[in-house]
Amino acid sequence: MRLNFSQNVRSALRALTANKLRSGLTMLGIVIGVGAVVALLSIGTGAQASITNRIQGIGANLITVFEGTRNQNAPSGAGGGATAPLTYEEAQQLNGLPGVEAVAPQVQSRQPVKNARKQENVQVVGVTPDYSIAHPDQLDHGRFISASDVSGKSRIAVVGAQIVTDLFGGLDPVGKSVKINGILFQVVGVMKSQGSGGFGFSRDTTTYVPLTTAFARLSRTRVGNENTVSTIEVSALNSDSISTAMASITDKLAVLHKIKSGAANDFTVQSQADILAAATQVTGVLTIFLGAIAGISLVVGGIGVMNIMLVSVTERTREIGLRKAVGARRRDILYQFLTETITLSLLGGIIGILVGAGISALVNASGTIATVVSAQSVFLAFGFSAAVGIFFGIYPANRAAGLKPIEALRYE
Amino acid sequence: MIEIENITKVYQMGEMEVRALNGISLKIEDGEWTAIMGPSGSGKSTLMAIIGCLDSPTDGSYRLDGTDVAKMSDDELAAVRNKKIGFVFQQFNLLARTSALENVELPLLYSSGNHRADRAKAALEAVGLADRMKHHPNELSGGQQQRVAIARALVTEPSIILADEPTGNLDSKTSAEIMKLFSELHSTRGITVIFVTHDPTIAANAHRVIHLMDGVVV
Repeated sequence: MRLNFSQNVRSALRALTANKLRSGLTMLGIVIGVGAVVALLSIGTGAQASITNRIQGIGANLITVFEGTRNQNAPSGAGGGATAPLTYEEAQQLNGLPGVEAVAPQVQSRQPVKNARKQENVQVVGVTPDYSIAHPDQLDHGRFISASDVSGKSRIAVVGAQIVTDLFGGLDPVGKSVKINGILFQVVGVMKSQGSGGFGFSRDTTTYVPLTTAFARLSRTRVGNENTVSTIEVSALNSDSISTAMASITDKLAVLHKIKSGAANDFTVQSQADILAAATQVTGVLTIFLGAIAGISLVVGGIGVMNIMLVSVTERTREIGLRKAVGARRRDILYQFLTETITLSLLGGIIGILVGAGISALVNASGTIATVVSAQSVFLAFGFSAAVGIFFGIYPANRAAGLKPIEALRYE
Repeated sequence: MIEIENITKVYQMGEMEVRALNGISLKIEDGEWTAIMGPSGSGKSTLMAIIGCLDSPTDGSYRLDGTDVAKMSDDELAAVRNKKIGFVFQQFNLLARTSALENVELPLLYSSGNHRADRAKAALEAVGLADRMKHHPNELSGGQQQRVAIARALVTEPSIILADEPTGNLDSKTSAEIMKLFSELHSTRGITVIFVTHDPTIAANAHRVIHLMDGVVV
């Protein structure tokens, strides 16, 4: 029976335990590298998952229209091309277009919201009743904004779940009043909690008021006699009619904005799928970037392994000579040292995966980002540490295997 | 049977050529007990390395049991060493942190054959260390360590045992015991024993003494 794998591993473990401190420190390089890969990939994947979830949670059949032309791949805020504001009147003309179920124009601003207890600066969104069609099932209790609220410019508000906690101490705020921008509003409904969005951004403080009330009391931007809106959200009838709806909206707005044929539009019509693709691309790049940085530390760890293995080969020259004298062939020695390096790297890899998963769990517990340790990242890290073992082990092992038996035996 | 004809070995030491062996011819029959003697620098270690297939001659022919081994590849030589030759060194060369039994098993790891542990036990019993199998080298005396090394040389049942100053690190009493063991192995098993030594009292045990000087037999 030739020297088999389990004997190689046993002899490798014996060699590694012979100098525990050295093996441990060498392994630490791999542990840190693999741990960093697993932890950072889990953070990246978690961020990606949370963004994807949030965007999908906003509504699958949603189309967003906003002013200006914005390159999806450019950082947000980087504008380009001509810009003309969208107005409430234009939004109303989108109703009944092919494929369109509901049109929800919105005007957003940050406003101080306060009651006797406390004041918070929150996002206040002026909406129409159609908002609840575009974003179904978001009302927790009470009622949402009605058509008569819009026509009557009522001073009523629907508050986010976080406002209930922050301003009302968890008590039901329906029927109570708050001051928004110094004006008294009556709370008529409470939105459901959307959960933490990650990156410290919460939708749960957003407060909704009738669109016309926002025009009259909170937002002063007008074009001529028309009220401008921040965005128009359009809900398509179903997923198949998204493209029909997008085309009909684009055509209609082009006519309203008097865009010459062939000229660029001064507005953007974007589906949720477009936004999702852009966001996924950005977070995907982020994840790869994090993984690559962690990968560098793994390579550094691998160089540490190679260094120690070279020292070990030199120290054990006589052992190599003896093994050759009693019949070890070149590849027996090669496999012996390679097994040692791979054992070291894989042990480091396993510990590193546990450390990485631990860090990931800590980040998760801190609540900043819901991290996800994917099986993929574990396999990747494990495979990478094995590859490091082979790559950085081959040179020392080859050096050991190439020693001349008589010279190795005489080595002092 | 060892048949060496007109062997030379030249080392390149920087610019200088060193002729360690300068045309040696000799024949050692199966079962002979031979001592190779000579002062340091006489080429006796080089000759021993070549006889032991640890090194190849620069020129000349070496037939071991009828096979030409002078032109064999490294791996073929490894197989020959494993099968036919047992080595005993002055420094014992045992693996530390490894039990006597596992040290003796080592050559069997590189050969094909089963019952490794049984064969290793038998070899240790033959050198009188049946009760020290689980001991590590650092728990054994010098004489005991050399016995483990001899058991390791015997375990593959080689036809030749090559010993390089086997008693060089032992006191005279232990040396005598080791020599007695060699003598027993030689007479009971009919193994060819070749010693390299500079000690005439050790060489006196041999049936034949080959003296080397400046790379030639004198």
